[in-house]
Amino acid sequence: MLEIANLHKTFVVGGVAPRGALAGVDLKVLPGEFVTIIGSNGAGKSTLLNAIAGVFPVDRGIILLDNEDITLQPEHKRAAYIGRVFQNPLQGTAASMTIEENLAMAMRRGQRRGLKRGLTARSRKQIKESLAVLGLGLEDRLQCPVGLLSGGQRQALALVMATLVRPRLLLLDEHTAALDPTTAEQIILLTQRIVSQEGLTTLMVTHSLDQALRLGDRTIMMHEGQIVLSVSGPERAQMGVEDLLEEFRKLRGVQVTDDSLLLTTSA
Amino acid sequence: MLSFALISGSIEQGLAYGIMALGVFITYRVLQFADLTVDGTFPLGAAVAASLIVSGTSPFVACLVAMLAGMLGGALTGFLHTKLRIAGLLAGILTMTGLYSVNLRIMGRANIPLLRQPTVFTILEELLPKVPYLQLLVLLLLAVVIKLLLDAFLATDIGLAMRATGDSPEMIRSLGVDTEAMTIAGLSLANGLVAFSGALVAQYQGFADVGMGIGTVVVGLASVIIGTGIIRSHAVFHSTLGVLVGAIIYRLAIFFALRMGLEPTDLRIMTAVLVIAALALPTVKTRWRERRLSRLVASENARLLAEGYVGQKEEAGCVRDSQSA
Repeated sequence: MLEIANLHKTFVVGGVAPRGALAGVDLKVLPGEFVTIIGSNGAGKSTLLNAIAGVFPVDRGIILLDNEDITLQPEHKRAAYIGRVFQNPLQGTAASMTIEENLAMAMRRGQRRGLKRGLTARSRKQIKESLAVLGLGLEDRLQCPVGLLSGGQRQALALVMATLVRPRLLLLDEHTAALDPTTAEQIILLTQRIVSQEGLTTLMVTHSLDQALRLGDRTIMMHEGQIVLSVSGPERAQMGVEDLLEEFRKLRGVQVTDDSLLLTTSA
Repeated sequence: MLSFALISGSIEQGLAYGIMALGVFITYRVLQFADLTVDGTFPLGAAVAASLIVSGTSPFVACLVAMLAGMLGGALTGFLHTKLRIAGLLAGILTMTGLYSVNLRIMGRANIPLLRQPTVFTILEELLPKVPYLQLLVLLLLAVVIKLLLDAFLATDIGLAMRATGDSPEMIRSLGVDTEAMTIAGLSLANGLVAFSGALVAQYQGFADVGMGIGTVVVGLASVIIGTGIIRSHAVFHSTLGVLVGAIIYRLAIFFALRMGLEPTDLRIMTAVLVIAALALPTVKTRWRERRLSRLVASENARLLAEGYVGQKEEAGCVRDSQSA
């Protein structure tokens, strides 16, 4: 379970108005819950995910993961129990290294790394099995450098790597935004399958309102560093993209269009 | 006729400097860090080894201590870069600059001759007097063993994490690796090899000199670029082999350049030009291809214009429609 209270973060960039900051975020995510996060550019979606992952220290607030206070832990320490997939497929995998080497690194997540061989007959077998599930034929290309794979294949690999050692929390930061629609849909299906099979507690940032409502158990909307809407259950099940936009207008009392939100209504 | 005896010296130098080039390979290719510390840690290794040998220490022990000194130098650059956020290039230059004074302090003067001192080579020659090309064999064995150890290291869990630190730092951090520690460790390991190579070179050439480090990193880069250009592969085994081969080819190139009448004073500019050429080649190739392509497009477009396919004088505001296509 993830509990966040009163989380604040301001980026000071030489006199420029702070952007993408967090202004008191409270959030509770139940074990196994899959939450989708939407909001306009600069609303703080990615900042929230990065704060949870520990990319930067927060100004105020507390982050509890399974009742453990991780607020002050360095990024590489909490990575032991947080899986992440980035928007850019290049970021989530090491291009010059082979498929099996990438997965071997993912297998050691949260463990002490020593001078043992990274790849053994046993780990290779395990790697093959975890890749075969994807149905992309990657299990037959173990020695192939990841740089030769397509963006979609790399993102599928990144997803497998983020979940190979079961994380207590999975953070997906617009992980399909850089892909073409067909590939994005495949990665979404894969995400759904892995998350539901493993019962992973998941936070997913997306720019697609449709995707946000279709996937997971709850949708939250962020605006100016705060969570302004949280819908789940039957209320969410009956919601359409238009309703979400309407909610936003009501909450903010301003005239917003799909464009001004910088959200896309298509999948 | 060129005999092997004539070029064996170049091969020996290639192997001795090849160990330094393996260090440059770790920083430049594995960590993707342009590390100029090398110009300071190479003479540091020589200075430490020569001073210890002159004071009666075993040359073998002297080599190991030299390596440890180099590791400290590399770790310092890593510390400056990761913990104090000093740009990598500058961090290396700062360590290198500081080491110049340190090296002078260690040696107490600018040059220590080792001509009548025991070295790893003289000791082994006494032990195995009948072996031909012993010096070459010793250096070959050392270089190959270090290469194989490096290959094995880069295949361990830590080694994989180090490679990923250069390739995709966000990814490997998200998998629980402290990339700052990895950078420091990698720079340390690399400069340990560089200093070890400096210790060997000092004993091989019979002296340590405070100025012997100038241009070391460029020689290392030349070896890495030549070697990985000849042996093109993603596999570490092939890359490190290429680095050693590249270091030998570099020495042979110098040997032949000198035989063709080049002055030893011109060597540095030759090396610099070689590295510039190797680094610029991909860009020049692309430019050349683009220029050829734009000439092609220009002539094609001239034809389209001449044939009236596009660009006909038309009424203002009138857009040519698809019927002409």
